[in-house]
This record gives sequence, structure tokens and C-alpha cells, in this order.
Amino acid sequence: MTTAEADRYALRLHKVSKAFGGVQALNRVDFEVRAGEVHCLAGENGCGKSTLIKTVIGVHQPEEAELIELFGEKVDRINPVKARELGVSVIWQDLALFPHMTVAENIAFDDLVGLRPRSVRYREMVRRAGDVLDRLGVDISLGASLSDLAIAQRQVVAIARALMNNARLIFMDEPTASLTQTETDRLLDIVRKLSADGVAIVFVSHRLAEVLEIAERVTVVRDGNLVGVYPTEGMTQGRLGELMTGHLIEDEVVARDLPDAPTVFQATGLTRRGEFSDISFRIKAGEVLGLTGLIGAGRTELAHVMMGMRQPDAGQMALNGASYRPANIREAIRGGMAYVSEDRLSLGLLQKQSIEDNTVISVLRKLTTAAGLISDTQKSRLVSHWIRELGVKIGAASDAISTLSGGNQQKVVLAKWLATEPRLLILDSPTVGVDVGARAGIFRIVRSLAEKGLAILLISDEVTEIMHQSDRILHMAGGRIVEEYDPRAISVPQLEEKIYA
Amino acid sequence: MRDAFRRYTIELRLGVVLVVICALLSVAAPQFATLPNATSLLNNSAVNLIWAVGLLVVLIAGGIDISFAVASSVVQYLAAKLLIGIGGGNWLLGFLFCGSLGILLGLLNAWLIHGFRIISIVVTIATFNAFFGLLMFFSGGRNIYNLPDWWTARIFIFEHENAQGVWSELTLPVAVMIGCIVATWVLIKRTNIGRQLYAFGDNPEGARRAGVNIAVMQGVAFGWMGLMAGIAGLMQVNLVKEVVPNALYGRELDVLAAVVLGGARLGGGKGTILGCILGVMFVAVTQNGLNLLGVSPFAFQMIIGAAILVAISTSNIDLSQFFRNKEASS
Repeated sequence: MTTAEADRYALRLHKVSKAFGGVQALNRVDFEVRAGEVHCLAGENGCGKSTLIKTVIGVHQPEEAELIELFGEKVDRINPVKARELGVSVIWQDLALFPHMTVAENIAFDDLVGLRPRSVRYREMVRRAGDVLDRLGVDISLGASLSDLAIAQRQVVAIARALMNNARLIFMDEPTASLTQTETDRLLDIVRKLSADGVAIVFVSHRLAEVLEIAERVTVVRDGNLVGVYPTEGMTQGRLGELMTGHLIEDEVVARDLPDAPTVFQATGLTRRGEFSDISFRIKAGEVLGLTGLIGAGRTELAHVMMGMRQPDAGQMALNGASYRPANIREAIRGGMAYVSEDRLSLGLLQKQSIEDNTVISVLRKLTTAAGLISDTQKSRLVSHWIRELGVKIGAASDAISTLSGGNQQKVVLAKWLATEPRLLILDSPTVGVDVGARAGIFRIVRSLAEKGLAILLISDEVTEIMHQSDRILHMAGGRIVEEYDPRAISVPQLEEKIYA
Repeated sequence: MRDAFRRYTIELRLGVVLVVICALLSVAAPQFATLPNATSLLNNSAVNLIWAVGLLVVLIAGGIDISFAVASSVVQYLAAKLLIGIGGGNWLLGFLFCGSLGILLGLLNAWLIHGFRIISIVVTIATFNAFFGLLMFFSGGRNIYNLPDWWTARIFIFEHENAQGVWSELTLPVAVMIGCIVATWVLIKRTNIGRQLYAFGDNPEGARRAGVNIAVMQGVAFGWMGLMAGIAGLMQVNLVKEVVPNALYGRELDVLAAVVLGGARLGGGKGTILGCILGVMFVAVTQNGLNLLGVSPFAFQMIIGAAILVAISTSNIDLSQFFRNKEASS
């Protein structure tokens, strides 16, 4: 970036305040993004990031703002349509695309919006959408239905749509939350390319490693207040986490040896054709066993077999010393297994039901009275026990799950499984989409559960997480366990190299 | 090319099934593949198809309408009273009255849905009952026979006499039906309004964020349905030459079934004119064929039910998956 460019700003906000009810969502916050810069907006869930973005594009009007300036021009009142016309685009986490429309139509959709009837020129639409994809250097079939695309490709379509509107400032909300490492790298390449073209990108991500890799500067917001603006050069993940949460995030290897602990689960030569083969390992009581590797290495499939959701083609499993071969997930639960799935939002919780009903769903049988009906007293006793134990922040236990933040939802999933009193807990990517503070909270719980003798299989592709939580690490690649590491004998970069090499 | 194939799987499949059924029926029932049978099939399907394209627009926009057939009856009755009251009128006034009355009833649905945030199935079940109740109450269930001559006159757009002296003819409703199909196709496929309807049905929140005017979209969808219901009511009188208040009651589910059979997605964002036509014709041909074969009408109901189950459950089986696997292994 030349000095002349560095002086130009895509966005300047000075002393912007916004309150909802009694909650001060933004308190005299300053936020500046230079033209063509990759800027990261960091903060915990609920710190005001989304409010800030929505204020920039005029979804919310601030109560007080000393200055709002877009591309060097002062803006008084703005609305989403006007913001788009000025060249500001927001790519929300859910992408806001149309699954049953074609790629071309998704990219060019904003041209169609409006009530003045006019005819649709498909040929021109396809040509223009193709030009944008060429500019991004990606090859996606323009005639394909969006629903046939992988998430990573949809992400690219969303970016193309922003560029179609001649965006010069693009906000990206958690763009990499559901991408694999390779896909993330490809996305980051596109972000760099756009930045080189003079498009400013504001990146919102919970993955701090990524933030430090891609962004030039980072603005940290906490509880609606500006903490500060920092260059990413010389910044560490630990320091950034500390700035975001306001307290130190312990990031140290806590691995222990458990020589006397009995084996809870053992797999021998476990094979499922096309997914994984010859998997042998054991987990002891109180042990946190990390299982890492690239997405597609067969980790989730292995977990499914352990839970009886799929059947292995060969090999044995033993649980508490006895042979174990669950025909379905109910048998696995009865045997003492628990599984917190990767996709908690769609698979792990009933979003519209209450917190208490979600908590007790897997143990309804234990709560029945002699008449076979659910006992409300027992139910509320169980629910309040786990809410207290796990420190879930809730209004009332009868509130819908969807009212909770990601981190708290994750805790309810945990509560639901812990209520079954398991011997082995499988955690599959437990912190996807969970912010750094809540993440620390979840791992504090995991630790204390392990201390109490619960065996835990932690599946994750976040290397730092695996390093700092596990007692032992298994590395899975191409459906096989390729190596076992002791976290005390290896460093994060070394492990990263092993996995991504 | 493969993209196009994937996008039109349902239409393609239904087309093949329809051709097979037609071929089988031509062999089994000699009267089936004759010009007189084909033309009467079209004449009798005209009203259903007019409704179907209207309903298609509502389904695409993510709604559902149960009230349209009864709305047609209401429009018929009111238009007959009005036209007789002003001394007869003519086709122009007939279209004007029926069209605008239909639109009004459609907009009433849209207003209830959007204004009070009630889901469309609940609103239209309510209006279905309200429309029908009001109609029966005020009409006393009495038919109207003394309609203006222009309305009940047969207007032929095609005539042909074969060697045996049997006439084949297509009447005005078929021409109007073609007009409605073309107009609906232009609306949903060729205009930005139509594409916004698809988007709204596909992802309402995404559409709202993109700046699509949701209230107007509901109005367009249900207004269009109302317009089609009005026109269908007008045409149905032309076919049967009387206004019978409860004649159309119950037809809505047949049409809904046919449109869903044609690939329109309950839940919005998906559906084509071609599929809609094929769906209606599939139902019509099956009914006609079974009739010619002398099969009980109850068997027909059963077969349509089975066809819907098969169509819905097999649409989850992705044919293109099969082709992709073949490509991968070769």
C-alpha cells in the first residue's frame, strides 16, 4: 500500500453510540477502515460487532454519531439500499443467498430488485456474473443450482454478488466458520486479491490464527466499548484473546499421564470401507484424547461408528472391558456413551423447544413417575443442577434454545448429554462458531469432567485447541491413525506442519 | 446441458411418464387417441389450468392457497348479479368485473397474511370457509340460469368434422387458458418481479435483506392468484352455462395436488410452468383414461393419491447422482 492510499479511508466512524432498551450496544465507538485494507473486527459474541456493522449500513440508526464517513464523503442518514449503492456490502454468516436459483442469478440478483417492472436479460446476466467469477479466478458453473454447491463455493458466490454491486468495502461475518483448512486458504487468497484491487475487507472471525494471518490491523471491541486498534504484526493469539475477553486466556499444555486409570473404551482394527481402516486405540478414565486431522480424514465417521449410528465392516470395540457393538444410538447411550455432534445447531438441539426440554430429552425415561408420566419436579431439579454446574447463562429454563448465544447453546448440548451420566464423551468440533471467551468456559468444563473420571474423545481440526486440551493426540489421515503425539513433546507449529503437510 | 437436465428433472420425469401413459391408453382404449377426445380433454382442463398457473405463483412465493376455487364461485355469483343488474353487459365488462373481483379477494388474503403475520394456509382455510359460508348464505344455494347470452354462447377457436360426422372443437376457455399460461410465464420467468417472487419464496430473510418489498410480493402473488380465479370463474360459466354456488367447492385440492405433482415446492422458490401444465395434464389424462376403461371414479382418487406419494418420495432420489457416479467410475 502506498502512503497516498493509506491516507484514504473507506470508512470512518467517530463516537458512534447505539442502545437497545437499557443495553448500551455501542458506546462512543471509533472505527476506521482504510481503502484496500484487510481489517479485522474482533470481539466476543454480543460485544457489539454486529450492531456496528448494522449501523454502518443503516439497519440501525445510531443515537449519537460525531461522524459517519464512507469513501471520504460524510453520510447523514443511510439505509441498506443506499449503502449498497455507495459500495458497501455485507456478507452475513448465513450468506442470504437463494438455494433454488442458479449461480448466475444469485450473483446478479440485486439488479432485479425493485418494483418497476422490467424484463430479465438472462444472457447479459450470465455474461456479467461470469466476468466477476473470472475476476476472482474461480470456476463455478453459472447454470448450476446454488443448492448443488459446497459451502465454500457458496461463500465465493456471495463475494461475487458483492463485487457485482461494485463493492469497495465488504464486511465478511464469520466467512470461514464452516470451511476446511484448504477451503479457508483459498478464500483468504481471494480476500488478498480483492485487497490488492483496492477493495477494503472487514473480516469478522473467531479463528484468531486466521485473523492474524490475513488482516493488517485489528479493531477490538468489548461490551460495546472500543478497546483499541492494533497492527497484527507482532500480535499473538493469546494477547488478542486477552484483549477481547479482558482476562488472560490460559493457553498452556495441560497433558497428564494416567498410569493407573482403567481403560474405558478400546477399539481394535476398526474398519469401515471407504471411510476408515484398521483403527486401534484406547481411552482411559479421566483422559482427554485428542483426535485431529483434516476434514474428511474419517474422524466424524469413526465417532458415528462408536455411537452405533453406522456399523463397522471389521474390528472390535470394548466398553468397560466388555465387548461392545451398538446396533443404534439408543444402545450406545445405554452403554454409557455420549456424543456432542459437530453441527449442534441443526442436529444437537431442538431450536424451538425450551432449554429444559432440550436438557432432558435424552433422559426422559429416568424422569417418569410410577404412572409413566414425566415428573415436573424431577425434571426441574435435574435441569437446574446442570445449568448451575455448567454455568449456562439463561433467563428462564422455559425460554427457547434459540434465545441463547452459541457458547451457551453448546453448554446446553453438553448438559443434555451429561444428564445421561456417560462414561465416555465424544466432543466433535465443540467450538465451531463459539467465541474465545465461551470457548475457554467450555474447556474449563471439559477439564473438570475429566478430573472427575469421565473419558473424553475430543475431535477438532484446530491445532491449538487439540494441543492445549489433550492428554494425548491421535493424528488421523486418509482414514488411518498415522501417528500419536504427546502434547508435551511437540509444538503447535510442528503439529500444524504434520497435519497440513 | 447437465445443469439444465438437473434443474428440470421433475418435468422430464413427469413428461416421460405422461407419454408412457398416453401410449398405453391408446392401445388399451381405442377412443383415447382420437381428436374428439383430445379436444374435450383440453376443454375440460381449461379451468383447472387457469387456476393451476395462479396457484403456481403463490407456491413459488412460498405461500399456499386453499380458497381460490371458492373465490371463483363468489366471483361468478357476484358478477352474474352485477351483470344482470346492469342489463347484460359484454365480454369486456365480464373480464373487468371478474378480474378485479378476483384480485380483490386475492389481496384480502395477502393483507391478512402480511398484515397480521399469519401463515397462508391458516388464512386461506379461514377465507375458504368464510367465502363459502357467505356465498351459500346470500345465494341460499340457488342456481342462476338466466345469464346473458354472450356469456353462455359457445365460441369456437377450432372446429373439425371427421368422416363419421363427429365434431372436434376447442372453445374460448382454451384460448383464455393459453393466454393465462403465457402471461404467467412472462411474469415469473421474464420479469424482475417474477424473479423476486422466486427469491422471496426461496429465502424470505435473504430477499428482505436484499431490499425486496415483501408486502408487494405477497400482493402480487395472491393478487395474481385472485385474477386467475376470477378468470377461471368466468370461463367455467361459459362451459356449464349456469352459476351453481357449490359447483367448484372441493376442486382446490385436485389442482393443488396437480401443481405439486408438477414439481412446485411447498415452501417456495421452485416450480415451473411446464411442470404445472404436465401435472394438470397427468391428472386429466389419468382420469380420462380410467373413465374410458370403465374403472370406478374412486380408483381414480386412489391413483392420484399414490402418484403424489411416488412423485414426492422419488424427487428425493437424485438421478444426477447416478450419472455422476458413472462418470467417476469411467
